[in-house]
Amino acid sequence: MAFDEMRFADGGIRPPYAEVARWLQGVTSAQLERRRAEAELFYRRGGVTFAVYGDAQGEERIIPYDIIPRILSGVEWARLKTGLEQRIRTLNHYLADIYGPREILKAGIVPEDLVWQNPAYRPEMAGLAVPHGIHIHIAGIDIVRVDGDDFYVLEDNARTPSGVSYMLGGREISIRLMPELYAAHRVAPIENYPNELLATLQSTAPRNANKDPIAVLLTPGQYNSAYYEHSFLADKMGIELVEGSDLFVRDSVVFMRTTEGPKRVDIIYRRLDDAFIDPLVFDPGSMLGVPGLFAAYAAGNVTLANAVGTGAVDDKVVYSYVPDMVRFYLGEEPILKNVPTWRCRQKDDLAYVLDHLSELVVKEVHGSGGYGMLVGPHATGADIEEFRQRLLAAPANYIAQPTLSLSTCPAFVDQGIAPRHVDLRPFVLTGADGIRIVPGGLTRVALRQGSLVVNSSQGGGTKDTWVIEDPEMPEARA
Amino acid sequence: MLSRTADSLFWLSRYVERADYLARVLEAATRLSALPRAYGTGTNEWESALATAGCRDLFQRFHETPSAANVTDFLAFSEDNPASIRKCLEIARTNARAVRTALTSEMWEAINGAWLELQQMPAHADADGLMRFLDWVKEMSLRVDGSGYRTMLRNDAYWFARLGIFIERADNTARILDVKYHVLLPEHAVVGGGIDYAQWAAILRAVSALTSYHWVYRQGLQPWLIADLLILNQQMPRSLAACYEAIVGNLERLGSDYGRHGEAQRLARSTYVQLQNSRIEQVFQGGLHEFISAFIVNNNRLGGAIAAQYLS
Repeated sequence: MAFDEMRFADGGIRPPYAEVARWLQGVTSAQLERRRAEAELFYRRGGVTFAVYGDAQGEERIIPYDIIPRILSGVEWARLKTGLEQRIRTLNHYLADIYGPREILKAGIVPEDLVWQNPAYRPEMAGLAVPHGIHIHIAGIDIVRVDGDDFYVLEDNARTPSGVSYMLGGREISIRLMPELYAAHRVAPIENYPNELLATLQSTAPRNANKDPIAVLLTPGQYNSAYYEHSFLADKMGIELVEGSDLFVRDSVVFMRTTEGPKRVDIIYRRLDDAFIDPLVFDPGSMLGVPGLFAAYAAGNVTLANAVGTGAVDDKVVYSYVPDMVRFYLGEEPILKNVPTWRCRQKDDLAYVLDHLSELVVKEVHGSGGYGMLVGPHATGADIEEFRQRLLAAPANYIAQPTLSLSTCPAFVDQGIAPRHVDLRPFVLTGADGIRIVPGGLTRVALRQGSLVVNSSQGGGTKDTWVIEDPEMPEARA
Repeated sequence: MLSRTADSLFWLSRYVERADYLARVLEAATRLSALPRAYGTGTNEWESALATAGCRDLFQRFHETPSAANVTDFLAFSEDNPASIRKCLEIARTNARAVRTALTSEMWEAINGAWLELQQMPAHADADGLMRFLDWVKEMSLRVDGSGYRTMLRNDAYWFARLGIFIERADNTARILDVKYHVLLPEHAVVGGGIDYAQWAAILRAVSALTSYHWVYRQGLQPWLIADLLILNQQMPRSLAACYEAIVGNLERLGSDYGRHGEAQRLARSTYVQLQNSRIEQVFQGGLHEFISAFIVNNNRLGGAIAAQYLS
């Protein structure tokens, strides 16, 4: 039985959900259905869509939105936030280290081949001083709960995490469609996220930048699955949404083509993978990037957020070493837990995994988006056999983890109100002037009964996430 | 702003304007073709609709003889015609999506909403469905135009969007005149009677000026007055003079804002001055057809100058 965030096992209501439970008692399915339809219309008309790759007919889809908010108490959030800050400081240390002095390798804490053989490691970055020493400006760290006490990190997502527009869109819907429930709480605001993001980006401008540094958002273009989010963020920050062809490099300085002639660009929030940013250095076939961009970056004339090569921490084997990194770099005990991970590259671990395939989740080391994974308890015998062959063929490509019983929250589904599994993606911003995290994050929910896969590409939906003032202190309320 | 953004705004407006214009042309042609043959109409009305839309050659690659069915389908719905109303709206929406940050949410919703509705519509229409479709197109263009007018900041984004509208509108009005100029010639007026009235009214309808005509001139339809209304009268929002007043105004604002005037400003002003200083009698003396042809060339040249100066 999974941990439910609203109800104790005995049926009692956990304090943060007191108001939600009361509200759910009074609301009818018809009312919920009407609001769900309105929420969908809000997304549809706003063009808040995403594309699913490999899906020819559904060119633009909306992500299902569940209108019942997910609640975190102020105390829960405070601890999570401290843990996230610790985690991101560690990962930034690690990247500065592996592209710099490599202390952690010398100390024998992380095996060297995990760095050198990692396809996301960019040798071009070695010895390169990035502006203000920041590598991961924006992370979307996936968090899950299995009980009332601990938060587990599932993935660090240090490349170009998306979903923040759904976090912000969800809040707009809550305020419009659930005013009575919203008013019954004191909900920490999140709408300042674009402001915080802009401040973060501007704080990391190269030292020789314009006095008022110019930031732009670089998108692969309107056929990218997250294009809506790119345009949304650029709009809310008031910065230009550029494509590769809008930029050019002259004398190692980046310019954009404007109606008033070339204009220098200092900071590029790029939503384009490393491989595509500069055809002269990386994928030569890329039409999306800017020739010469990496040279400008190496010369220290432009900030890329995130830095090149941050994918080196998204490797799922590297992930398993993060608790050791926390101890190594910060001398602290990790606040957030790691999911126990069997590294199939190690003989003993592989043997264990092969014996327990039907209980474990097996993932590709470099996979993402819920693709290419085996969820043992939900897989057929044939699936398991197929994965066994894949594992044997290339064990180093896989890790395995126990099937976590992800926490559940009430969701409004075809069967009425029912518990569904959720995770949480808080967005962690790191600037030269500190770490910023707006309270909460994007809650993703697996809308199919029993499903543990929350990815939007696999039928997951989203929920608004409320960090509320703690109900233990009712005197604080007016 | 980014040159690409300006380019998309400019073309977004042009395509919406063109869709609106095509809807009016089709409506006018439908009315004319329903008159008895003695009125000199019939199938050549559809040929002239194609000419007015500027796609007679393309049409001939797909069809032999123009008919009500194949011309309306070609101009309104066809995938073969890159400038059919459906295609215009699709291209407008693609441009809008590429520059969402430069649009207000009202404007985006107007365009995206129209595009979504279009997805729900049948791929072809019968006569009844066609009229409803054309009304819908005109309404859509009002929504897009109005939402831009009411909500956009008055800055370069707005001026580029407006420039697109007026360059396209001037081109459209000139094309109608180019195809129909012969019915406005003085010798033609001698024939008189209902036949001409139908043709003249059709021209005015295509630029939604039939009622305006009566308010401006307070007399029955006269061909030279129709020409005056569509070419020189600044009160008439689709006249060439009114379009150029708007074009010059928007280009001046851009020039002042950017601190530099160029070829585009010079060309626009020169055409505008010519329109301001002409009288309709002189236009007819010099040849209506020649006047219109020269205008179309100059208007295209201005489009090219704007592209060179700002959009690339």
